[in-house]
Amino acid sequence: MKKSRRKFLKVAGISALGIGMTPAITTFASSESQGTGTVDAVKSKNAEVFSAKRWGMVIDTSKLTDAIAANITDACHKAHNVPDFNHEPDKEKFPKTSPVNHHQEVKWIWKEHFEHAFPDKEDEFLAEKFKELPFLVTCNHCKNAPCVQACPTQATFKREDGIVLMDFHRCIGCRFCMAACPFGARSFNFRDPRPFIEQTNSSFPTRTKGVVEKCNLCAERLAKGQQPYCAEASQGAIVVGDLENSESEIRQLLNEKYSIRRKQELGTEPSVYYLM
Amino acid sequence: MSKNAIIVGLVIFVVAALFPFWFNLGRSDTVAPKPELSEQAKAAKKCVLEKYDMRANHMSLLDEWRDSVVRDADRMYEAANGEKFQMSLSTGDNSCIGCHTNKEKFCDKCHDYASVAPYCWECHTNPKEITQ
Amino acid sequence: MLEIAIKGSKKYWIWIGLLLAVMGAGFAVYIEQFINGLAITGMTRDVSWGFYIANFTYLVGVAAGGVMVVIPYYLHDYEKFHRITILGEFLAVASLVMCLLFIIVDLGQPTRALNVLLYPTPHSMLFWDMCVLNGYLFLNIIIGWKVLEAERNQVKPPEWTKPLIYLSIPFAIGIHTVTAYLYCGLPGRGFWLTAVLAPRFLASAFAAGPSVLILLCFVMRKVTKFDPGWDAMQTLSKIVCYALIANVFFFLCEIFVTYYSKIPGHASHINYLFFGLHGHNALVPWMWTSMTLMFIGIILLIIPALRNNQTLLPFTCIMIVVGTWIDKSLGMISGGFVPSPLHHVTEYAPTLKEIIISLAVFGKGLLILTILFKIAAKVKEEVRG
Repeated sequence: MKKSRRKFLKVAGISALGIGMTPAITTFASSESQGTGTVDAVKSKNAEVFSAKRWGMVIDTSKLTDAIAANITDACHKAHNVPDFNHEPDKEKFPKTSPVNHHQEVKWIWKEHFEHAFPDKEDEFLAEKFKELPFLVTCNHCKNAPCVQACPTQATFKREDGIVLMDFHRCIGCRFCMAACPFGARSFNFRDPRPFIEQTNSSFPTRTKGVVEKCNLCAERLAKGQQPYCAEASQGAIVVGDLENSESEIRQLLNEKYSIRRKQELGTEPSVYYLM
Repeated sequence: MSKNAIIVGLVIFVVAALFPFWFNLGRSDTVAPKPELSEQAKAAKKCVLEKYDMRANHMSLLDEWRDSVVRDADRMYEAANGEKFQMSLSTGDNSCIGCHTNKEKFCDKCHDYASVAPYCWECHTNPKEITQ
Repeated sequence: MLEIAIKGSKKYWIWIGLLLAVMGAGFAVYIEQFINGLAITGMTRDVSWGFYIANFTYLVGVAAGGVMVVIPYYLHDYEKFHRITILGEFLAVASLVMCLLFIIVDLGQPTRALNVLLYPTPHSMLFWDMCVLNGYLFLNIIIGWKVLEAERNQVKPPEWTKPLIYLSIPFAIGIHTVTAYLYCGLPGRGFWLTAVLAPRFLASAFAAGPSVLILLCFVMRKVTKFDPGWDAMQTLSKIVCYALIANVFFFLCEIFVTYYSKIPGHASHINYLFFGLHGHNALVPWMWTSMTLMFIGIILLIIPALRNNQTLLPFTCIMIVVGTWIDKSLGMISGGFVPSPLHHVTEYAPTLKEIIISLAVFGKGLLILTILFKIAAKVKEEVRG
């Protein structure tokens, strides 16, 4: 608390320099809350947490079928309360639900064809088998994430372990991150998502209208020492692990087979690898 | 002439400014409600902070918690009184709602009285409402 | 001086009433958007910015364009601009208020807007945009007001306004440069990823801003006793001419690089705008109209006889305003987002509700503009009479 407060003031001070906003900002800062009994408290990670230097994901394209891909999307979206606009809202609970615009959908991980997942590698003579193969796309948790750079409130930020996360409490819904993301990984809540969640999972919050969301690499699962939902539902096609650890399973996989990443030439350093 | 107009104007202003006072004069529900503790909470006896500290500062505590969980990935909270909690408002038995199971009688009672509408519940779910 | 604004003819009050009505209608629709979210707009997952941000971008240009009267008058002592400098500054004020309102109506969580101040983030261009826009707004309010007040009292403006005036010049360039940086620093958007974007934005701003100013001069001559001076308007039209040529030139540079290099990531966007992509061609007629209007505008401004024609000039200016608006608003936003990063084509068109809210923002800007211009005109009349 104290440390982050000092850091906040430092950044605030530097930024305010020369624009004369210092008084306004320090007023805000001094009103920052400090509960009296919280000083002696200790915050820590769970004992069973999975940790890594830099989380990454390997998707073995040869092991993915349409059915498995659908299961993965389903598992992820259901667990994270991602709204499904094809779901007919409950008329009693949500009597005044207006018609949906399917182009305003929300998705975290979904199936694309090769030429959309890798538009820069489009090739008319590409091996036929790749043309029909399902490619799962999601947030790449880039090492140099343009969305993190673009966000004006640090609502999107990079955690020390490499996960690019969203703080939904802080997001102002400017959608700069959506313009910045080269992978179309982000969705905006154009409306209240709740009417379109068939069965709300009470162990994960829903989102509210007006904030952006995306894959969180199951940060809430890793904290409890569990594998992400996608890996669990993938029947071995998806492996999540530490990219910086040469002993990790995903590093072994990357060593054995040729892999590609999406739009590598942009230099964002995606952490999701596709085994070909 | 203008003197009268000014006095009338002043009277209207004062009456309007005192609206909250005279509007609530004849009402009987002006006594602060008592939040009801659930059986679990009664049995547990200890909360994260002392009762009065909690009453005054629970919103600051939650604000601190959310930054800790979301941004620092620290989810375990060992309070000053030695008790351990999962820093979560609404998920799991060790969360706020896990112990204070009745949101209407615990949270809403005071919030309604104080006329505050925290936006926590726009995202965080009350497990009871879902199963209904 | 504000008391001037509450004394006016019947026509003045009808006009104010009309603007208030438009603002009221837009506000009612905005309440719906506030409650139900941006679902009421035509924006989508693929085209996540739309009409609001498009108009925002254009109006930043109009605001920056005001510097085209400030530079000649204050740096080169060009006396003919004496009477219209205040108009340029007040136009900037009205435009900037509209810009800020367009940002607010575009936010998904407008009540959290101050998070930008609470968590200042120097690596985000939006943070800097907020700084320069607000800075330029306050500079123009202070300068415009103080200078006009001094004129009314027939004294010299206070000495401390001088440094502020000089400071406002880099700020004017700054607001549009930073606004361009919002777009051109994003790695995945081929259409925007070009170093010529900021210069092009400035060129089109220096065409659009002075064009709007010329039109406003015509209006002033019609409805007030204040004459901004035909000479000043003539000079402005020459500035518009140069700037417009620069804008088209930068665009043609863009076209050359794109089609000579044949890099598909860049070409697909321009193809979509001008020829359509995979059968989607909603913007094709708009873009060609824009190009035609800008080319005709150049011709009408290059030939002295046509430029000096008092009946033709307002029409030329309208053509340029419309042409640059399509180019920089519709084309810039849709062109950047279509095709999407995954090469899907989702076309964008604003909904009626989106347009009504936008009109209300324009109404608000016009209201401020009307009041400020009325004050300026009255003061100038007093001083001369």
